[in-house]
Amino acid sequence: MGIEGIGARVARKEDKRFLTGKGRYTDDMSVPGMKYAIFVRSPHAHAKIKSIDAMAAKAMPGVIDVLDGKQLTADGIGNLICGWMIHSKDGSPMKMGAWRPLADQTVRYVGDAVAVVVADSVNEARDAAEAVLVDYEPLPVVTDPVKALADGQPQLHPEAPNNLIFDWELGDATATDAAIAAAAHVTEVKIVNNRLSPNAMEPRAALGIYDSGDDHYTCYTTSQNPHLARLVMSAFYNVAPENKLRVIAPDVGGGFGSKIYIYPEEIVCLWASKRTGVPVKWTCDRTEAFMTDAHGRDHVSTVKMAFDSANKITALKVDTIANLGAYMSLFSSCVPTYLYATLLSGQYDIPAIHANVRTVYTNTAPVDAYRGAGRPEATYLLERTMETAARELGLSPAELRRINFIRSFPHQTPVIMNYDAGDYEASLSAAMAAADWDGIAARKAEAERRGMKRGIGMSCYIEACGLAPSSAVGSLGAGVGLWESAEVRVNAVGTIEVMTGSHSHGQGHETTFAQLVADRFGVPIDSVNIVHGDTDKVQMGMGTYGSRSGAVGMSAVAKALDKVEAKAKKIAAHLMEADESDIVIENGELKVAGTDKSVPWFQMSLAAYTAHNLPAGMEPGLKEGAFYDPSNFTFPAGCYICEVEVDPDTGQTEIVQFVAADDFGNIINPMIVEGQVHGGLAQGIGQALLEGVHYDPDNGQLLTASYQDYAMPRADDLPSFKVSTSNTPCPNNPLGVKGCGEAGAIGSPPALINAITDAIGNNALTMPATPEKVWAAAHAAN
Amino acid sequence: MAKITMTVNGRQVSGTCDDRTLLVHFIRENLGLTGTHVGCETSQCGACVIHMDGLSVKSCSILAVQAAGSSITTIEGLAKDGELHPVQAAFKAHHGLQCGFCTPGMVMTAVDMIARHGSKLDEATVRAELEGNICRCTGYHNIVKAILAAATEMGGVRQAAE
Repeated sequence: MGIEGIGARVARKEDKRFLTGKGRYTDDMSVPGMKYAIFVRSPHAHAKIKSIDAMAAKAMPGVIDVLDGKQLTADGIGNLICGWMIHSKDGSPMKMGAWRPLADQTVRYVGDAVAVVVADSVNEARDAAEAVLVDYEPLPVVTDPVKALADGQPQLHPEAPNNLIFDWELGDATATDAAIAAAAHVTEVKIVNNRLSPNAMEPRAALGIYDSGDDHYTCYTTSQNPHLARLVMSAFYNVAPENKLRVIAPDVGGGFGSKIYIYPEEIVCLWASKRTGVPVKWTCDRTEAFMTDAHGRDHVSTVKMAFDSANKITALKVDTIANLGAYMSLFSSCVPTYLYATLLSGQYDIPAIHANVRTVYTNTAPVDAYRGAGRPEATYLLERTMETAARELGLSPAELRRINFIRSFPHQTPVIMNYDAGDYEASLSAAMAAADWDGIAARKAEAERRGMKRGIGMSCYIEACGLAPSSAVGSLGAGVGLWESAEVRVNAVGTIEVMTGSHSHGQGHETTFAQLVADRFGVPIDSVNIVHGDTDKVQMGMGTYGSRSGAVGMSAVAKALDKVEAKAKKIAAHLMEADESDIVIENGELKVAGTDKSVPWFQMSLAAYTAHNLPAGMEPGLKEGAFYDPSNFTFPAGCYICEVEVDPDTGQTEIVQFVAADDFGNIINPMIVEGQVHGGLAQGIGQALLEGVHYDPDNGQLLTASYQDYAMPRADDLPSFKVSTSNTPCPNNPLGVKGCGEAGAIGSPPALINAITDAIGNNALTMPATPEKVWAAAHAAN
Repeated sequence: MAKITMTVNGRQVSGTCDDRTLLVHFIRENLGLTGTHVGCETSQCGACVIHMDGLSVKSCSILAVQAAGSSITTIEGLAKDGELHPVQAAFKAHHGLQCGFCTPGMVMTAVDMIARHGSKLDEATVRAELEGNICRCTGYHNIVKAILAAATEMGGVRQAAE
């Protein structure tokens, strides 16, 4: 590796603009004539819209127009869709109710948009939105997914009787039931995975610009995948034809999944721009974000895990009810199914697994992928169950895991996944050593003398990331292929531009992708520019989510670099009258191996463009592209250990140490990987200790609608983390990389809850483990 | 409407705004200095922290008219002559940012924190005083590291933005 190449801790190229206030986020964009949109949103969780009267609002100062759902319908704008078709076990397709960008008949959650005001200023638009008179007929409300399935409950969509979207299964029910019946021991637990709000610090925003001169639309938006936004808006929502729609996702202030989907607002801003003849910008405020950003998690599960007399797992049976909220968001159906149940084997050799998942409509905000998306839910379920089983069986948590680890690869699980490589023992041992696991008894005793309860907990997670082989996801119901594209343009002076369909919203692609190029050609990373996030610059892409940028996005770049390298060697060989098989590229030069002959990189690239002296028949220029479709998911895995001290008088939990030992395969930039782990850990710890979205069950009002009500992790809630990696290369992509973006959020919640339950001696504790809950559980145990 | 004048990043500026305009919106929209961000509407997140007359202030919690006549420093005014301020440099060196959205507020808070505590800053104090700034990307680990490193680097010398 070079000082800027693969494996180097290169400081980020993009940091200077962020640190000096020169980042350009969607709300920073201004264009001549731009006006401002404010949405009129339902205060009811469920109601019929009897009428909308915008007369008074339209007469207010600065107001350009007020548009509602009837006008949107009249203009032929389509319904929002869910892009992954899941079938119930009886073979019937999932029941997708209509989701209008502006509700025209019924509202189904607090915050459902019913109209939009466009005015000269935000304040004038806000004033006018207050003056739009909407006559609602309130309807009964249900927010609890278990309750929503029962007879006689409020019905959200006529397509879905009893609010059931699908009743899906995976695995072998017969074999699983038989193994449970024959088991020496069965551990049964109920698992609730709490509902979360993603809370990217940059609120969502959209700027829609319709140019009547060219009949062309431009949309600046806070998106993790602008190409998919363009595809969906043109193919399904009838906003604009794909060739007349440019989507730009400039700097994006965090996503965590919440900016994958297409929301009503960007559709409405584009449509409203055409209707009003002015560019229309909307920027979400935080309360609006809590109400309308897709939430994450929200599972209720019952679990049975069967063991034989040697403490080997013989079967796992899972029954899950997943709340998808009022409408099916773009990826909502795949999260509690193929991203969840396929990971229920964890790191363990489990011969029989059966999962049943029922998804349910409720009068709450839509639920979709949030950092980890399905894998945190699977890991939490499995690792809480393993901990419970270890306690019931009288084994140490590490011992029970070791007995059941998968130790040979590839390994075919009973739930689709084929694990390609891994060494789970290595992560476990590394984490236990770093955490001084063996010294815990002494530390507990010392804490006891101070009147504190100390506990330790572990979690051994596996995830599938690097989404994903297109044929595989196609066979499972995905509406798109999950390849990635790249184009590498070498300029005449030897500088390089890389166009990628991946999108960076904090992950540092401008640095890591450039490191890949620097490593290959020996050029400085400052001579490499990474171009992303603009459908006019990059032909096509699938964006960034599911930890796919390294494994899929960078692999596409590597494939394009292969083609550039091959042509560059041909040119260099011709210039030096050598055989192309003798050309090596080192330190920015193309050399004839074993001689002192060389041409600098820039001289070769200039030759490509002057084209005075190229091999016979060679096309001038040096620009190559590649589409890369992975052959499998990649499977990062690791072991997390958390140690806590609980104050029995207050129920307050302090994390005294947190250790993460991950296997991410080959690593491009260890500094950036560690940062991704830190961030993931903070979100997982936030879920376990602090965060939770709460609705009033009687009226569906959102009770956690600001940072005063929703407990976001702050600096003094968290410790400094001890992180390390082992590196079993992924055999399925050219770089041997796995994904690191979600691991922290996947592995940490069970480690923390296992630690608290160890400390207080009571296994019954749900997330978030607030002081009140911990105090009650600690006292119930005594 | 009010006409106000203030000094921003060493330059006298004036503008006209609604009486209800918050300072953060005046800075972003009237002055076009978009480095100062809005991440919430309850003064909890700290993405909008600027310095007003030498003290860190959440610019969403003050009206623009209240800032008339004051001296304001925003993130755009921190680097001098193309050289990053030591706190900015430390954030870069220690990977104290990811998406960059909370970063301007974090840096402005950190500069004030170091100016008040000098090199005596410790981790517990940094974590406690970051209470008003939320980051969703970094887990704070490297932000804390960067601030401590900057405090050491600056050797306890008061090097505020002003």
